[in-house]
Amino acid sequence: MDSIVSAASVIAAGLSIGLAAIGPGIGQGTAAGQAVEGIARQPEAENKIRGTFLLSLAFMEALTIYGLVVALALLFANPFVNG
Amino acid sequence: MYPEIFNSNMFTLLAEAEVGKHFYWNIAGFLVHGQVLLVSWLVLVILLLFSIVGTQNKERFPKGIQNFTEYTVDFVTDIARDQLGESFYKEWIPFIGTLFLFIFGSNWAGALIPWKLIKLPEGELAAPTNDINTTAALALLTSFAYFYAGLSKKGLGYFKRYIEPIPLLLPINIIEDFTKPLSLSFRLFGNVLADELTISVLTSLVPLIVPLPIMVLGIFAGSVQALIFSTLAAAYIAEALE
Repeated sequence: MDSIVSAASVIAAGLSIGLAAIGPGIGQGTAAGQAVEGIARQPEAENKIRGTFLLSLAFMEALTIYGLVVALALLFANPFVNG
Repeated sequence: MYPEIFNSNMFTLLAEAEVGKHFYWNIAGFLVHGQVLLVSWLVLVILLLFSIVGTQNKERFPKGIQNFTEYTVDFVTDIARDQLGESFYKEWIPFIGTLFLFIFGSNWAGALIPWKLIKLPEGELAAPTNDINTTAALALLTSFAYFYAGLSKKGLGYFKRYIEPIPLLLPINIIEDFTKPLSLSFRLFGNVLADELTISVLTSLVPLIVPLPIMVLGIFAGSVQALIFSTLAAAYIAEALE
């Protein structure tokens, strides 16, 4: 197997998950802050806020997961490596 | 046919999640992933038993398993009703409910049953949803479902939504039909696989205690992903119906 291709694949896999984690990280932070603020303002709405919050967290997490899928494809099913 | 890296044990030494290794069955010329079929049959049997036992000896005042069954039905009904609204939700409860229960059952079967104890000649038993074929099939079913919903409600007028609000958006509206199943399938597949990979990497580093919180997180994430998949499927169907 070509060593340049494998080196590039490993670097790209690391970058793809790392870069994909930035945006959702910021988003989740904002969402968590707003959720805490909402609970502090209206403690009786905590259950409703928690449900929506967890659902939206999972949506943001999906974006990082796309990066992970790309990383896994590069590591385990790389189309540019012909065996 | 498969690249050399599939057979290298560089990754399997570190983590025992055997990505890309499958227990192949040859059925009528098609290579199928046997380990996925075995576990999904088990999930189907569990769900069937649950629904049969839960509806035996029905009483006016539910208790025990009947209570649990009614709670489950209420839960999936709420998922459908929240997205589809009062006027359409009834006919879509079976579809949404089946999606939710199957994904939920698959994720928990993969997380709770110690599959490592059963040795296969190749590959390993795990949650059926950590195979991209399973999630892609579920996502494509969702696509067919919302096309069916739209076409049966509006007839050919359904395709008018491709040129709304302006015809300029036609390519984007068409691309959307492809990105919906793509994101649905990747989200579920990636989440389930990520949980299993994290657990196996952590187990290879510290075999005791430390992976436990991640396992609990994996069980939680499995149920949230089932909820998200069925909620999104209901939302797409609602979008086609409105």
